[in-house]
Amino acid sequence: MNNLQIPAWGIWAMLAGFAAFIGLLVAYFKRNHGLKRPIFASPYTLWIILFTVVPCILIAYYAFTDVNGQFTLDNFKNFWDSNYDARKTMGPELEMYLEMGFTAEDLGLGRGTVNVDTLIYSLWMAFLCTIICLVLGYPTAHIMADREFKLGSTLVILFVIPMWMNFLLRTIAWMSILEDTGLINQVLGWFGLGPVKLMYNSGAVLLGMVYNYLPFMVFPIYNVLNKMDYKLSEAAMDLGCNKWRTFYKVTLPLSLPGVVSGITMVFMPAVTTFFIPRLLGGGSTEMFGDLIERTFLTANNWNVGSALSLLMMVLILLSLGLLRKVDPDGEGGSMI
Amino acid sequence: MMKFIKRFYLSIILFFLYVPIIVLIVQSFNAGKSRAHWEGFSFRWYQELFNDAAIMQALYVTVSIAVLAAIVSTVLGTLAAIGIHAMKKRPQSMMMTLTNIPMTMPDIVTGISLMLLFIFTKVERGYWTMLLAHVTFDVPYVILSVLPKLKQMNKHSYEAALDLGATPTYALFHVILPEIMPGVITGAMLAFTLSLDDFTVSYFTTSPLVQNLSTLIYSQAKLGIKPTMNALSALMFVSLLALLLVVNRRSSKDEIKK
Amino acid sequence: MKKLSLVLALILCCSMLVVSNAAAEEVVNVYNWYDYMDESVFDMFTAETGIKVNKMYFTTNEDMMVQVRVSPGAYDLVFPSDYCVERMIAEGLISELNFDNIPNSKYTSQWLMNPGYDPDNKYSVPFMWGTVGILYNTKMVDEPVDSWGILWNEKYANNIFMMDSLRDTMGLTLKYQGYSMNTRNLVELKAATDKLVQQKKLVKAYGVDEIKDKMAAGEAALAVMWSGDALYAMELNEDLAYAVPKEGSNIWVDPMVIPATAKNKENAEKLIDFLCRPEIAKMNCEYIWYSSPNSAAIELMGEDYTANSTINPAQDVIERCEWFHDIPDTFLTVYNTLWGQVKNAK
Repeated sequence: MNNLQIPAWGIWAMLAGFAAFIGLLVAYFKRNHGLKRPIFASPYTLWIILFTVVPCILIAYYAFTDVNGQFTLDNFKNFWDSNYDARKTMGPELEMYLEMGFTAEDLGLGRGTVNVDTLIYSLWMAFLCTIICLVLGYPTAHIMADREFKLGSTLVILFVIPMWMNFLLRTIAWMSILEDTGLINQVLGWFGLGPVKLMYNSGAVLLGMVYNYLPFMVFPIYNVLNKMDYKLSEAAMDLGCNKWRTFYKVTLPLSLPGVVSGITMVFMPAVTTFFIPRLLGGGSTEMFGDLIERTFLTANNWNVGSALSLLMMVLILLSLGLLRKVDPDGEGGSMI
Repeated sequence: MMKFIKRFYLSIILFFLYVPIIVLIVQSFNAGKSRAHWEGFSFRWYQELFNDAAIMQALYVTVSIAVLAAIVSTVLGTLAAIGIHAMKKRPQSMMMTLTNIPMTMPDIVTGISLMLLFIFTKVERGYWTMLLAHVTFDVPYVILSVLPKLKQMNKHSYEAALDLGATPTYALFHVILPEIMPGVITGAMLAFTLSLDDFTVSYFTTSPLVQNLSTLIYSQAKLGIKPTMNALSALMFVSLLALLLVVNRRSSKDEIKK
Repeated sequence: MKKLSLVLALILCCSMLVVSNAAAEEVVNVYNWYDYMDESVFDMFTAETGIKVNKMYFTTNEDMMVQVRVSPGAYDLVFPSDYCVERMIAEGLISELNFDNIPNSKYTSQWLMNPGYDPDNKYSVPFMWGTVGILYNTKMVDEPVDSWGILWNEKYANNIFMMDSLRDTMGLTLKYQGYSMNTRNLVELKAATDKLVQQKKLVKAYGVDEIKDKMAAGEAALAVMWSGDALYAMELNEDLAYAVPKEGSNIWVDPMVIPATAKNKENAEKLIDFLCRPEIAKMNCEYIWYSSPNSAAIELMGEDYTANSTINPAQDVIERCEWFHDIPDTFLTVYNTLWGQVKNAK
């Protein structure tokens, strides 16, 4: 760790630099009228270098080194073979067992697919969550933006207030609703029905995820639909399009940037959902966020944990590059 | 008929969002500590709430950080979105990739990596480091909220304003900003929401002397989360709702006057 | 949109009204589980000694270890679990105590004097202890609960809560099969893993903190639980009972230790001594109702405590139990890998 020391005044210098930079920017701005807009992004660029790129380098440092700080690529091998590190650290001891006639498989240390399986499961759950959020959220946003209601901004707040209650308390409240002795099953009980098993399955996890991410889908879509040029859709109607065709041909394409933002804001954090699988899913199938946390904290293995999260991030960023195909001139998500 | 269906659909979605909150509030009136047993109606937890300095302190930290983080990240993010939107393809896609990183990063990794950053730079962790961390994970959401509005805008209005003699600052405030305002505001709200609710990143980027509500609630998990937390949520919820109603009433009155 | 900004502005104003305060004086920085003691004893301590107690809380042992490692000088008194103490000693994170400053440690029960995690009794003073066992609902379980084997009984399919905790769950399975819960034998560990995978279809959920409330509500027939949590649930639901299986189990202790980098070591020792005072130990024990290591406090509590077999297990139960030893990181990787296989088995 010592080779990464930065002097004590480092961060203050960075912050001062940051402030000076913005100051200069403003001064420059006032002088030059013809300044191009990309310059607006420079404070953020500096910020992201300090607080995202640098931390990423720190994580990469762990990912590419072993416990002794030596360069290695072994941490990444754990992705394809979740038992790799265990076999490696056991080294000579494992040899002893092998000489006794055991195979690595007998000891549960053969090639393991836990990490890959978990990532696939997480991607699948995030995908489902995004689809459900989209299916539920698009109509919601559409109705909210409806000029007939005149309630738009009030509804926005109504949508966000539940999210201001603590996440853990909300999730526990869902447990009180879904449990065998919970609210729904009690009501069913009055009619002589149930109990229905509502908790401890992927469905419950999905419910928890949709509940938490829905506003992130609704808001960006609402924003583009709100104040959209209604003359366009009216014109389409005048030209003989029916309601659905107008929606399909005019409204939907115009709202696409909002949809892309929504998908990005739901899908990406959803892949690393944690805690919800533990509380609502009964901890019997992990998602990648839980797995990484377990590797970092329970196993105290920062090297493998860093490698796994780096790989996952690259994979997701790559796959989001695909979104560019849907949104050709958009910024939804892309690789360098 | 269509109107009824729309209203009905919206009510269903809102009901879905509010059911757990209602349950949470009901539980705050439970005389007992466990959510498993209803031991009668009581204000016990509300009384305890007002006598608990730690909770009040945590509330202050949580809300002030959320507000500050929302403000900083909104300014930073809105400017960034305007800049990114005007960029050429290559730098643009690079910026967007960088922006997506904090969103894909698992919380624990964000938390630990920022913690390492602060340790290496010998910055004592506390209120301000927590704020920095919150701004960092908030900004991408602001950018993603503002960008769609920018794409919707007429591409040439900014240049037109400059041609007509407006300074860039003037054009920013009088041409671009009014158009993208809804995106800016929902971006700010998302930032506020995320910051309010964050546990993992906060835990690693602050000193345990500066706790927010989330870290306080998670640390109660082992011996049972006290319904004081539910009481606090209930109070927050009711006052927010009341505030919303008042503001709403006021503004609709204004509209009638007009 | 105006109203939105108004709402935000109002929130900002409200938040600014609350003002925080801090002061510099004699202090002791305590890092503990939330609600793990009757905090009025801190006020009594401050009143008596003038030393202010700064309370800080952690969520899990693992989180706590990270914080203690990276923030030297921030904590004066920490309450880790036993196996962490062993690791902290090995990593040089905690310092030896000066027992001259802690005369009240003499009240510690004799059998807890030289515990497995601190064999020479140099670094720690026990604060609370307990066992791991099975909490069961007598209305749903009609046979005697005296073996871990009942957790593999098909009759209770979907009626069993297991602990989402690597050491505890692997440990009890090893114990059930007659092995040590600290084993490093790969064959034994694989056998335990297989046993747990085989049990998985019977398990309702893996959980930790939330299970006690669920058992109190009658969600399941059987749950593996720490004795302290079991006592909490039993108080809420009289149908519940607790048993430590005959194959033996784990005895855990949450001791008090002082980090090597502590800035107020003497104040921390004063506080440890204060907490070991029989009346104070009694107050704390009655507050959280876990097993107390303080023999004088137990005497003060009398029948209430001694007659309760969950909080005060018989000597032969204690003798069947085993301490957890810390497992070094290299071997922890093996544990973690196997546990991952259990957690993600179909």
